[in-house]
Amino acid sequence: MKSHILALFNHFEEAAAVIQELKSTDLPGFRMQDVVIKSPIEHPELSEMLGKRPVHIQWFTLAGVLLGPITGLTLISSAEASFLLQVRGGIPVVPLPPNLVLTYEFFILSGVLMTVLGFWIGWKLPGRRSPLYNTKVSEDKVGVLIKADKQTIPQIHEILARHKPTEIMGEAPR
Amino acid sequence: MKHTTHSPVPEDRAVLIERKFVEKPLDIDKDVSWAQINKDILRSLERPRPVFWVIFFAAFALFSFAVYCEKRQYDEGMGISGLNNPQVWGLYIATFIFWIGMGHSGTLLSALLHIIHADWRKPIYRYAEAMTTFSLLTAALFVLVHMGRLWEFYYVAAYPNNRWVWPNFASPLVWDATAIGTYLTSSLLFLYTGMVPDMAICRDNAEGVRKKLYQFMSMGWQGTDRQWGNFRVGYMTLACFLMPLAVSVHSIVSTDFAVSLNPGWHITSFPPYFVLGALYSGCAVIITLFIVLRYVFRFEAYMTMPILNKLIKMTFAIAMVWNYLNLLEYCTVWYGDDVIAKQQFIDKITGIYAPVFWGMVFCSTVMPFTLLINFVRTHMPTLLVISLILNVGMWLERVQIITPTLSHSQYPWTWTSHWWPTWIQWGIVGGSFGWFIMLFMLYCKIFPSISMYEVKEMTFEQGKMLAARKAS
Repeated sequence: MKSHILALFNHFEEAAAVIQELKSTDLPGFRMQDVVIKSPIEHPELSEMLGKRPVHIQWFTLAGVLLGPITGLTLISSAEASFLLQVRGGIPVVPLPPNLVLTYEFFILSGVLMTVLGFWIGWKLPGRRSPLYNTKVSEDKVGVLIKADKQTIPQIHEILARHKPTEIMGEAPR
Repeated sequence: MKHTTHSPVPEDRAVLIERKFVEKPLDIDKDVSWAQINKDILRSLERPRPVFWVIFFAAFALFSFAVYCEKRQYDEGMGISGLNNPQVWGLYIATFIFWIGMGHSGTLLSALLHIIHADWRKPIYRYAEAMTTFSLLTAALFVLVHMGRLWEFYYVAAYPNNRWVWPNFASPLVWDATAIGTYLTSSLLFLYTGMVPDMAICRDNAEGVRKKLYQFMSMGWQGTDRQWGNFRVGYMTLACFLMPLAVSVHSIVSTDFAVSLNPGWHITSFPPYFVLGALYSGCAVIITLFIVLRYVFRFEAYMTMPILNKLIKMTFAIAMVWNYLNLLEYCTVWYGDDVIAKQQFIDKITGIYAPVFWGMVFCSTVMPFTLLINFVRTHMPTLLVISLILNVGMWLERVQIITPTLSHSQYPWTWTSHWWPTWIQWGIVGGSFGWFIMLFMLYCKIFPSISMYEVKEMTFEQGKMLAARKAS
């Protein structure tokens, strides 16, 4: 049975020391992948300590920039090609140079929309906040949230307490 | 090949150089606590100075008058606005370009400064992006206002009717509709995405209806490392898209003119000229809003003088490039072989619209030089007046692009040297400013106009940098 514990620290250094210690221990029912940092600002160095957590947004962007121009060019060209009543006076029915303008705009629009979609999927949003969320995280505290087996939680609590957190929160017993 | 070996300088000949860093004022106080940042910025959502309501209701009054003017125009036809052949655009399209231009600067500068990691953008980019969004919404109104047949507004988009006949999709105006639609969508998403972490801060501190709104908008943001990692990559990607998009949109607006054969418009340098003009007017408005927000919301600790100074220097540099392109445009006409374009240019600078032209020269070419004076840069009321003059200059610039060409085109029998807008046009133009200010002030009252998490990042980085300097 898994349970959560959240410790709040004043500084990133303290959170880093906790992660360092957790990495060096070999506790049963605990994996580093289950450690989450919650912070008011981004701290790439600290995130790096947690190990590789890949970001997949770029694939969404790539799909968007490929899909966009094809859609744009097809839409405008098919519109022009299907309108046969217009007297073109020697101008091609589907003139490419002006159509490139719209193709370009669709390239950007689709890229942006797909990137935002990638964002939301990567963020796992919209989503519910975990029960151990503390509003101080959005103010000035750095939170270390750990998921582990229920019997390992006391040992993790001990490690966290050694680094003088301002607060430790556990899941209420159900 | 001769090889030389690098030998250390003998100790007796070595000169000790003590590296000293020149102490420059920090953009914001690095010692301000993060909790204080939240408190100060959230306070702006509750208790602005009373002048906030004065500005808001003045703007509302202007807007209400514009609604009345629009109703008169709708009921009685376009003739009441004074628009007729060949003056079919008047102030409406000039003001449309003004708003589109203003809308470019916010997002473009925010994206550019984000990409180059210019930290001083952080306290000012949020309201600049909001300015973009509301400018575009205001500009969109003019497309509707100038058409006359308001109920057929959808003709500007490529749209098949029930007989499978398309509106003129080969028209450059279709480019406009697509480009502006793309820009509005992308700018809104860029603004919203950058706001999500701040929405979580608001959610954690609000109550009642506001809490529900912020809860919805924060979408459950918790500030986890995974969310921040995705945020960094995604936000940078969006910034990279928005830069070329902003340039393309105003280039397209300029191409509407440049692809025509009218004298004064058929100019190759129009796209960069329009883009620079957009940046210039946008920067001037950012300075105006900087001063207003700083006072109204008591943001003195975050919208600081070093940041304003950087903004002013950038505005001055952009003004100089715009002036160069302006001069280039006139030189091209003057030394070119197009007699009609030359005559039109002479009419522009000496005819009935000469005050508009020379007003633009005074406001946009001469006045930027006052920004070199230290007093102007540091005295807020003076700077506010100067920034407003620059805005007026940029509006006049758009008028002098549209009106003189339409009144003095190729055919002498279409020349209308007596045309002047009626009060209906002035009312709608004035009301557009009311609409923009109203929306903008409402936004600043509901959403934080300074990015809290980025100001925290800024103080954190500044602290780290100073510690590193101290250690070295």
